[in-house]
Amino acid sequence: MLMDEALLSESEKRMPPILELRGITKVFPGVVANDHIDLALNQGEILALLGENGAGKTTLMNILYGLYAPNEGQIIIRGQETTIHSPSDAISRGIGMVHQHFMLVPPLTVTENVMLGNEPVSNGLFLDRRKCAEQIRELSTTYGLAVDPEAVVSSLPVGVQQRVEIIKVLYRQADILILDEPTAVLTPQEVQDLFQVIRALVGRGKSLIFITHKLKEVMALADRIMVLRQGRVVGTTTPAETNENILASMMVGREVELAVTKAPAKPKDVVLDVQHLHVLDNRHNLAVNDVSFQVRGGEVLGIAGVQGNGQTELVEALTGLRKVLRGKVYIVGRDTTKASPRAITECAVAHVPEDRQRDGLVLSFPVADNLVLNTYYLPPFAHSGVLQQRTILSTATKLVQEFDIRTPGVNTLVSSLSGGNQQKVIVAREFSRPIKLLIASQPTRGLDVGSIEYIHRRIVEKRDEGTGVLLVSPELDEIMKLSDRIAVMYKGKIRTIVQADQVTREQLGLLMAGVELSDNSEVKAAVSEQAEGEDQ
Amino acid sequence: MSEEKPRDTQAPAVIEGEAPSAALPRAVRAAHRQTLLVPLLAIITALILSGILIVVTDLEVINAFTRIPRRVADPFTDPASEISLEEALWRHPPEVIVGDVVVVEGKELLVVKVVEDATKQISLADARRQYPKLGPGVTIHLNFFQKPMIGLRAAWKSVSVAYSALFEGSIGNPAKIATAIRAWAAGDSSLLPEAFYPFTESLVTATPYILVGLAVALSFRAGLFNIGAEGQYFIGGLLSVYVGYSLKGLPVYIHLPLTILAGIVGGGLWGAIPGFLKATTGAHEVINTIMMNYVAFALSDWLLNGPMKRPGFRPISPDIQPSAMLPSLFPSPIRFHAGFFVALACAAVVYWLLFKTTIGFELRTVGANPRGARYAGISLTRNFVLAMFLSGGLAGLAAANEIMGLIHYMPNAFSAGYGFDSIALALLGRSHPVGVVLAALLFGVLRAGATRMQSAAQIPLDIISILQAMIIIFIAAPEIIRAIYRFRAGREGGEMLLTRGWKA
Repeated sequence: MLMDEALLSESEKRMPPILELRGITKVFPGVVANDHIDLALNQGEILALLGENGAGKTTLMNILYGLYAPNEGQIIIRGQETTIHSPSDAISRGIGMVHQHFMLVPPLTVTENVMLGNEPVSNGLFLDRRKCAEQIRELSTTYGLAVDPEAVVSSLPVGVQQRVEIIKVLYRQADILILDEPTAVLTPQEVQDLFQVIRALVGRGKSLIFITHKLKEVMALADRIMVLRQGRVVGTTTPAETNENILASMMVGREVELAVTKAPAKPKDVVLDVQHLHVLDNRHNLAVNDVSFQVRGGEVLGIAGVQGNGQTELVEALTGLRKVLRGKVYIVGRDTTKASPRAITECAVAHVPEDRQRDGLVLSFPVADNLVLNTYYLPPFAHSGVLQQRTILSTATKLVQEFDIRTPGVNTLVSSLSGGNQQKVIVAREFSRPIKLLIASQPTRGLDVGSIEYIHRRIVEKRDEGTGVLLVSPELDEIMKLSDRIAVMYKGKIRTIVQADQVTREQLGLLMAGVELSDNSEVKAAVSEQAEGEDQ
Repeated sequence: MSEEKPRDTQAPAVIEGEAPSAALPRAVRAAHRQTLLVPLLAIITALILSGILIVVTDLEVINAFTRIPRRVADPFTDPASEISLEEALWRHPPEVIVGDVVVVEGKELLVVKVVEDATKQISLADARRQYPKLGPGVTIHLNFFQKPMIGLRAAWKSVSVAYSALFEGSIGNPAKIATAIRAWAAGDSSLLPEAFYPFTESLVTATPYILVGLAVALSFRAGLFNIGAEGQYFIGGLLSVYVGYSLKGLPVYIHLPLTILAGIVGGGLWGAIPGFLKATTGAHEVINTIMMNYVAFALSDWLLNGPMKRPGFRPISPDIQPSAMLPSLFPSPIRFHAGFFVALACAAVVYWLLFKTTIGFELRTVGANPRGARYAGISLTRNFVLAMFLSGGLAGLAAANEIMGLIHYMPNAFSAGYGFDSIALALLGRSHPVGVVLAALLFGVLRAGATRMQSAAQIPLDIISILQAMIIIFIAAPEIIRAIYRFRAGREGGEMLLTRGWKA
């Protein structure tokens, strides 16, 4: 697609792109993953690759990184046409990739991880860790990637682990960096840090492609944006001439409702009553500290907060997966403080878990089995302990159709489904039985725009049917979009519970950071500063 | 519902970054083909490699490759043992050298550098005095490059003798079987037992493998690594043989089921203990089951040398009562007993349990994803204990089967390592009852044929162990087969997770 030449400076126009892909086509049996894609990356530029799951972004980057060979097309690096046979080939040409799922070895130190495969030796035989550590420190200072070379990777928070991955790539002297969904695992603060790092990298002459679903980040960070859909380039644009809605509709191919229109809540009886709950985490520290709240049928209570402030333990305690230290939980009037997960499910509670692959699904089982994962023992799926396969299969087929789960069949293993469809399996399972309370924890984590829209719509539907919804999410936008009331959780305590339409994003951001809201000028200044930062 | 017409609900879900070919029905069929292809190729490759091993360790073959004796003769009549003077001079120096054999005064003497035995050897100098030039009476030795067919024929003979011995020992001599059937059709059934003996021996040998293999496979399905099958086998044997010989006067339809039950309970309890420890304390079952094995061996040792010993010198138990014996179905020498059908029935039951019942669903879920199982409301504790009880019970049943059907008493030297072989067996069978039965039959065939290989072809039993080991290696690491035969993996249904770390 044509680039907008007016945006290029004269010098940039003269310099050829550092990387060009022309007519790249990749065909797998039955499916064209990339269809004559043209891409150009200029030196010092940040290019965002946007697209739904299945659009072909990762395939394209895998071709660039040498993991696949294209059926057609050319790769031109620094003006020279090349073929890339393998990742080490790509690395030798200065291409480095940071994957969404890190490729680090947890028990080893940062230095050991960085030198893996590229070890410097002293005297031909001995590993020269010190030399590598020196280089890591140099890279750290040059690019602002604070990392301790001697730290063991498993002890590092996710944001720092990602920095190690970036250093790995820089250590191998990459000039062209590819970041695949870099912010999927980061807290908002870590995301800001990453953006600074990216700007520093680019300031020093690196060129960067990043793959993402997150429209806000694309608008904040990218110099140019390329949108893929179904293997083709749909359009190339810049943040100046587009907005989130246009991008979303380019990605999905139709108008996307980013905002949710919902009728005002009609709260009914209390379905969830939490009283002075105390819960310990795995290290025996108090993760949930005297938390009390209520959820009524027909309303959505959103719990906002950066991940790691006790939300995970709270949800586990409410769903029977973790012991309650002190306090009480009542669901539809019944005391479920000490109840097992099954008993809680039988109280008409649905739980969409935070980690869908670890908790909500059995990846090596087929879709049909996963759709009855917590109901298999009840009639009609089982009679006196014997599974009724035909009933299970027919129910599964019905659910797949009703919830538009894209799968070749109900006997496909759920591991071959995309993240969005896996989440739809969980949603189909939980929503297809009569429920009075829905506990949804990060329900749209790692999902594409289309799936997010779908799940948000169904949550609002359930709420309109009279179900009480407890929504836990670190995504402030999601909380604000869906909730009727919002609670902020910080360090195990609920700071406030407010009506959603009576609080601003800035105030919530401050509360999430632990700031006490009161009427003093410092706070007002902080609020307006935040507001400016948000508009950027 | 979304307004957009789903582009194609039949279209595969394209997974980012992975070949979606596997999502298509065609590729799924390819993957199924592979499930059969890989074990088949593994067995064939292992047979080939073992064949090579047999060949290179056979002295006759080595000689046929390196030292082919041919006596110089003129006139030249028998090419199998003689060689013409002309050809000899072409292939050999014109005079006698060390290593040749010369005829002196009617005796054959080997030409050596230093004579140690004058009746068999002659010095080079003396030999040359007798035979100043190469001529009739001298036997020279040729090597492979001069007479390649000799070596190749010897190699082929070695391998074919070995493998036909294997075949005859495990399945039988086809000619004999045909004759026996014809005789039987004509009314004479006396030839049948001997003709079918090898085949029935294979089945008899396979029977305990089926059961212990099911035991280990069941534990694998639940995510547990039951290395204690050997100990559970012993305890099951002890309890069942006790019930077998000590209860007198019971009718067979009560006594026999009681002994079988005793075997199940004995093995089951022995397995449930590590299961319980794992469920309540998280103690890894690998350690505990191995320890329990030692306890079982010691217990058996003490009991069979003391309280349970029959009068006499051998540390064996008394014979079981006739009312506890599983019927042997054919006349001697055939040892085939009803226990084989017991084993097959158990395989069917295990299949039904694992895939058709809620209990099986829970066991499999616990094995596949313990956290997901908890989310689904499945009790990990209950299922760990249940899985280990059932697993131990099957191992104990195997012992009861052997005692009630085959040997009718319990010796101290009881097991042939069934517990440990079955780990490999369960792996071969991919923890599926059908796979386990097939793998057990394979092991039974190999074991039964091995004895005959040793007697008929002088192949040491170790070759069979090597063959078995190679089959296991190739099937456990299918990448080797794929690399050798150059085909790519289809999408396998998730590799089996055999064991987890310490945190369950």
